[in-house]
Amino acid sequence: MKGTNLGEFEELVLLTIASLVSDAYSVAICDELEKQAERKVKLGVVHAVLNRLEEKGLAKSTLGEATKARGGKRKRYYQVTNAGKAALIRSKEIRDQLWSKIPQFVIKWA
Amino acid sequence: MSRGSNKQQASESQTPVHPPRWAERLLEWYCKPALLEDLQGDLNEYFDRNLNAKGARRARLIYIIDVLKFFRLYTVRTPRFSHPFIHWLMLGNYLKTTRRSLMRNPLFSAINVVGLAVSMSVGLLILGMITDIQSYDQFHEKKDRIYRVYSQSQFQGQPSMSLATTSVRAGEIIRESVPGIEDLTILRRGFGGDARIGEAVVPLGGLWADASFFDVFTFPLRQGNPTTALKEPYSLVLTEKSAEKLFGNADALGQTVQLDSTDYTVTGVMEDIPRNSHMRFEVLVSFSTVALQQPDTDGGFLSWESVTMNYVYLLLAENSVPKSIQANLDQISAEENALLPTHTIALHLQPLRGIVLDSLENPIGPNLSKSIIWVLGGLALIVILSACFNYTNLSIARSLRRSREVGIRKVIGALKRQVLGQFIIESVGISLLALLLAFSLFLFLRQQFLGLSPFLQDIFSLKLSLRLIGYFIALAIGVGIAAGFVPALFFSRIRVMQVLKDASGMQLFRHINLRKALIVLQYTFSLMFITATLIGYKQYQGFLSFDLGFQTENVLNIRMQGNASDRLATELSELPAVTEISRSRMVSSLGSIYGTQVKYGTPQDSSLVWLNYIDEHYLPLHEYSIIAGKNLNSKSEQAEETEVIVNQQLLKRFNIGQADPAEALGEQLVVDGDKKLTIVGVVRDFHYGTVVRAIEPLIFRYSSNEPSGYLNVKIASQDISVSMAEIEAAWKKIDPVHPLDAAFYDDQIEQAYSQFIVMVKVIGFLAFLAICIASMGLFGMVVFTTETRLKEVSIRKVLGAGEGNLVYLLGKGFLTLLLVAALIALPLTYLFFDRIVLAKIAYHQPMGWVELLAGTLAVMLIAGLMIGSQTLKVAHTNPAEVLKSE
Repeated sequence: MKGTNLGEFEELVLLTIASLVSDAYSVAICDELEKQAERKVKLGVVHAVLNRLEEKGLAKSTLGEATKARGGKRKRYYQVTNAGKAALIRSKEIRDQLWSKIPQFVIKWA
Repeated sequence: MSRGSNKQQASESQTPVHPPRWAERLLEWYCKPALLEDLQGDLNEYFDRNLNAKGARRARLIYIIDVLKFFRLYTVRTPRFSHPFIHWLMLGNYLKTTRRSLMRNPLFSAINVVGLAVSMSVGLLILGMITDIQSYDQFHEKKDRIYRVYSQSQFQGQPSMSLATTSVRAGEIIRESVPGIEDLTILRRGFGGDARIGEAVVPLGGLWADASFFDVFTFPLRQGNPTTALKEPYSLVLTEKSAEKLFGNADALGQTVQLDSTDYTVTGVMEDIPRNSHMRFEVLVSFSTVALQQPDTDGGFLSWESVTMNYVYLLLAENSVPKSIQANLDQISAEENALLPTHTIALHLQPLRGIVLDSLENPIGPNLSKSIIWVLGGLALIVILSACFNYTNLSIARSLRRSREVGIRKVIGALKRQVLGQFIIESVGISLLALLLAFSLFLFLRQQFLGLSPFLQDIFSLKLSLRLIGYFIALAIGVGIAAGFVPALFFSRIRVMQVLKDASGMQLFRHINLRKALIVLQYTFSLMFITATLIGYKQYQGFLSFDLGFQTENVLNIRMQGNASDRLATELSELPAVTEISRSRMVSSLGSIYGTQVKYGTPQDSSLVWLNYIDEHYLPLHEYSIIAGKNLNSKSEQAEETEVIVNQQLLKRFNIGQADPAEALGEQLVVDGDKKLTIVGVVRDFHYGTVVRAIEPLIFRYSSNEPSGYLNVKIASQDISVSMAEIEAAWKKIDPVHPLDAAFYDDQIEQAYSQFIVMVKVIGFLAFLAICIASMGLFGMVVFTTETRLKEVSIRKVLGAGEGNLVYLLGKGFLTLLLVAALIALPLTYLFFDRIVLAKIAYHQPMGWVELLAGTLAVMLIAGLMIGSQTLKVAHTNPAEVLKSE
């Protein structure tokens, strides 16, 4: 099926969206990713990925309420769609299957 | 980036630091609207974080870099290629709105359209004139390489004269010695005579031209060979019209024509000269003819100094530079002038294009001073601008009514520049509509203008051509854009929310000053025009009624046209209506001047004086006042000339008899190089030239027969028409061929100032236009202001204000504007005339209070009537009616 092949970073972003239930907007996603993945994440990359996810239909966005912060500009909150959920679960399943096939001694040594 | 550095020292919590505005605007410009807001928010959030973490400077830098980095495919909006077509598609809608707006306000629409139309009609006229002049001499193939040599002649101690003519010698020397010239042709003016074919006699005039004439100029020959037609002496080339006059439909080539007892052979027939040629002639005679005759009326045919009769035209070679030719000419002049002690002649080049507009004496054809075109063009521009001001004024004032429409358009999605475009299209549309009206006015004006003076008809034809109509449309579009630009700008800046919430909350304060300034400007110009017209008219009347120092009433001047005066004089003296007859070579005070060199005392003391040849009856007939000595004695033609009469200026010039003119009697003057004449009488100074010139030294010489001059006839008659018929009959007996050419002296004087009165008439017409437009504009403003202040007036009335109070209240604003305009216009006009125009006229009328104020009062009266009528109408309204509906 076209479009359900998640890239690595896309998957990470999508997972982060899912974990930040109601506060998933670009800056928060950036911060969370930095915290979790321990790598410097640029806003530009995240923004582009979010856009691509929305285009693929794996996430949807809504504009929030106007607040005084950010110069009055509203935030765009993302949510994972059903298709996104399915993609994530599929991806996790594939990994789990692959993991289960690895014999004990290969992993134990590490 | 360093802008914020000062701010960051202050407490950041108090003064919010902004990201750089230009970066913000850049983002707004390129980003897709859907993504813009949250992206901006994100960048703002980072900016705030960076502010706290790294300081303002770094925060701004990061912001800028981010803005630039986000310039990516998915964020950038699609380029607006579709926008230019928007106007095309919306055109129908715009026109519909325009039409509705026009019909909803018939008064204002009429003011706008009529004002624009009237002012554009003048502009059309000027465009026609300019196109006409531009088209002169365009039919010559080599027009870009044709130049004329003109002379600047200066006698020692006298002002220099610039002449279109030059000497034959100059032409010959140039032909032989100046490089870079492909061809050269020499012409001579003044050929004229009666052509005799069998029994028919036809008067013809034209030029002598040498054999290279047809090589330089493009005048196609119907019959004959262009290279040889003018080679042999006594060859004649006719235009088609002249050929028809002489020979009818018969073949003219090879025929013999007798002109003034000399036989000429017709060697060519050329096509009629196009109208827009600076050269006009009926026949061309070969130059070799006059070279044989070597006339010396102007002091030596081949002399370097005889520069008043001949024209030299050059055809430059392909890559010649006029500057180098000019250098050669200067060299030639220097060499020749070295041989003359008191006379210098400088030669200059002028291109073919500039000839019609130059201001040289002795022009070869019709000629118009360039300054006239500039002045008229400038005045027309002022009138057009005035009408544009009206449009701007009225549109901005009425902007309230259309603001709701603009608000809705913007809500639906029109961008600022689209609203701008709509209103410019609207004003261009109105302007084109006005063009239709202006065009019909133009046709009417054209007739009137050409009829003002035959001189104008000669130069301009103002024919309609496709190119001219194209220029007209361009003018209309230009006027539309100029008039509508400011209102369109105004409309496009309207803020949507402000307008839809409360239409009356528009900021008009700034613009009120603009409107006031425009009204003041319009009225200033109108007042200047009308005052100028009145002053000019008074001067003109002064010219006509000026005391010239002699009598002109009831004097009929008959041009002799080559006949001996004795026979005619005898015939006329038999008529009862004729009381006195005299002869003269020229008629004074009409503008033409004859001059001659006169020496007195030492041979070096020579001077140019004015001259007239008269007989013994002349001075008494015109009642000249002789203050010393007596009139000239009559003498026969063969007798030696010994006497001369001078005027007071001559005595002053030569310093004779200053205390008592009688001392001058018996003194001798030397004229014509060596002829001695004794002063027998001194006449009081009179106006030989027009009153524009100062009076200069003059002599009267005796001549009893002036075939090329005039017969002055004093008439005392009850019935002028009968007397004229009798005079005509007498003339026919003497000269059955030529028609009688006679005019009353007073009429001739009026004719002499005709150019002046034409200018006054034109300025008067423009004044009329300007006043109409200014008044219409003021009327529109008054109506508008009173309408908007209706409620205020009603409330005041309810509170007890009287009608007079109300009228004063409403009107005083406008009256102050008019007063300001008058205060500016009158001193300016006075100064202009005093310093510039009247200073040029030697004997002008003084400017009286009447002329200065009459125009102003009339204009104020009209304005006052308009203001008063409208304000009274408003003051009469029933307050209850107005205040009922909120």
